[in-house]
Amino acid sequence: MVRLMVDAPAAGSDESAVDAFLQGGESLRHAPGPYFGSYGGRWMPESLIAALDQLEDTFEKAKADPEFTAQIAELNKNYAGRPSLLTEAKRFAEHAGGVRVFLKREDLNHTGSHKINNVLGQALLAKRMGKTRVIAETGAGQHGVASATAAALMGLECVVYMGAEDCRRQALNVARMELLGATVIPVTNGSQTLKDAINEALRDWVANVDNTHYLLGTAAGAHPFPAMVRYFHEVIGEEARAQILEQTGRLPDAVCACIGGGSNAIGIFHGFLDDPSVKIYGFEAGGEGVETGRHAATISLGKPGVLHGARSYLMQDDDGQTIESHSISAGLDYPGVGPEHSYLADIGRVSYEPITDSEAMDAFRLLCRTEGIIPAIESAHALAGAMKVGQRIAAEAGESGDASEKIVLVNLSGRGDKDVATAAEWFDLLDKDSPEHEIATEGEQL
Amino acid sequence: MSTVQDPGAAQNASKSAAAIDRAKAQGRAALIGYLPAGYPSVEETIAAGIALAENGADLIEIGIPYSDPVMDGLVIQAATTQALAKGFHVKQVFDVVRGITSKTDAAVLVMTYWNPVVRMGVEEFSRQLADAGGAGLITPDLIPDEASEWMAASDKYGLDRVFLVAPSSSPERMKRTVEASRGFVYAVSIMGVTGARTSVSSAARDVVAAAHAAGAERVCVGLGVSNADQVREIAGYADGVIVGTALVVAIGDGGVDAVASLTKDLSTGLTREEA
Repeated sequence: MVRLMVDAPAAGSDESAVDAFLQGGESLRHAPGPYFGSYGGRWMPESLIAALDQLEDTFEKAKADPEFTAQIAELNKNYAGRPSLLTEAKRFAEHAGGVRVFLKREDLNHTGSHKINNVLGQALLAKRMGKTRVIAETGAGQHGVASATAAALMGLECVVYMGAEDCRRQALNVARMELLGATVIPVTNGSQTLKDAINEALRDWVANVDNTHYLLGTAAGAHPFPAMVRYFHEVIGEEARAQILEQTGRLPDAVCACIGGGSNAIGIFHGFLDDPSVKIYGFEAGGEGVETGRHAATISLGKPGVLHGARSYLMQDDDGQTIESHSISAGLDYPGVGPEHSYLADIGRVSYEPITDSEAMDAFRLLCRTEGIIPAIESAHALAGAMKVGQRIAAEAGESGDASEKIVLVNLSGRGDKDVATAAEWFDLLDKDSPEHEIATEGEQL
Repeated sequence: MSTVQDPGAAQNASKSAAAIDRAKAQGRAALIGYLPAGYPSVEETIAAGIALAENGADLIEIGIPYSDPVMDGLVIQAATTQALAKGFHVKQVFDVVRGITSKTDAAVLVMTYWNPVVRMGVEEFSRQLADAGGAGLITPDLIPDEASEWMAASDKYGLDRVFLVAPSSSPERMKRTVEASRGFVYAVSIMGVTGARTSVSSAARDVVAAAHAAGAERVCVGLGVSNADQVREIAGYADGVIVGTALVVAIGDGGVDAVASLTKDLSTGLTREEA
């Protein structure tokens, strides 16, 4: 922690400052929390501090316990399906300035996204703490499904909080969670969105903390969650780094990921934070356009504040009330962001940029048609960003003209099966009289 | 009268402690009533605050409606959501505090989640609260570990720092929190959120004893207290009793008159029974 408290260059600082920072021998890869620069911490009710202390203690001991790390490795290999592939996307790359594009295939993991890495780790910790029940929040249902999966595997009771509107729109994911033995509780208070699902999960945790672990789904929240969730996702970056070296013999020029709370991003960034030659990009949800106010571009447009236990960038009004976010992607539709990302933005190590719904959906369709891979709409934000980055690299290569030697790595954080109804509606593929059209516009009615 | 002119002198005078000590001198526990600012309107919050003071409350806790109230149950959530929907702004809390302190002797604290304070600036918020005659802040999601800015600002403006202690607080945390607090320590009676409960958990007595043992002079109990019998039970071992949800229901259902009569009834429980 101490070495990360050094004076950091301010946001927007030039690259030489970041290079100096990295070349000064400061590792950015293993920031332990609770603070990331001035971000992070524990802005939480006292009632929960004992549980956070217990979790931190259990996590620190587990990390140092070969039995635990062997359990994680075994589950990753034989249950989640790791290592995930690294696939070169040659036809897609033609639309990204002609650079080489590689996809880290988290979409091929069990349950269809990177989320499984974190839930397996936290469910094991819950067992170590002797807790018999896990609770989770979910937006569209991906983390809820992953939590229900881990709970089923390990014999834990599972309760998932989900906004009532999301329950209606994602009735099939509610059914998935229930098939896996979880109880889904629709949240009808506040704005009935993901942030309210987190609020309700925290209320449950306060009341049931003796037997309950809060299985938070992203690298946000109070310490130790941001550093702990990153730890469980570090495998993404470590695998990707080894795979790209094996396949190309060198490091990528750029790494791209989408950012909601930021767990898939911090996982892949981890592998490259200490490599000054690798530029790193996080793509936030620009929604209908940042100028419309209907977006989820927290770092691009938010201001530092405290929400859900951490100090970080936050979408808020002049009174400090949280502003509702908007994105076509439920997984990015959150008005906060993990504190480590806020720090990496301020020191200039990672560039954060918004991608609109429209840009993301164009990239979504492009990947389907050029590579035969249907990406999650979340991941499509990273793909759209990679296209921009590739085109910039090509423009810079200009006269020397060798963009084809440049490498862009994209974290394909999840598969798009869950998004087919949304995409079909977006691209107007549905007969107006079909039940599918009704599902896309009105939600699933089970 | 209430404007802080000399920060140095102000440090000596905790308004909350004085109010609790006045009750103690009368052989009873103090009554602390909670109202959310702007519910159903700013004017009614002021009128209800005055009614609280005139009918037996020694301290008044004014809540700032917030978009993400993780320590509140359904009744208070519904009230604060309504206040926000009707356009409540954080600065209006100072109007409420000034409106009550200008008419009564009650100590008026503000209960707030931390982000609205961060957004205004801890120093500026403290200055305006002191200027309005406020006694200090109750901070449900700020622990002493993160409170360095608030410690400095509250010292400067002579404001009380009411931190919470819970049944889950370790002896070390209990000690740290008690040492960081000024005015009184807020003992959470139960592991849970705000809301009326039929009985007050036995954990409350233990939390109060632990806080006293850690050096707290004044410990008040909140969460789940809604009637005179519960007030009577808690008054037997705590320095003050905090009632919230029941008052919110009262103002919602019967307006200021209902707040007055409930307060009168609650205050009958304050006198300590003979041991």
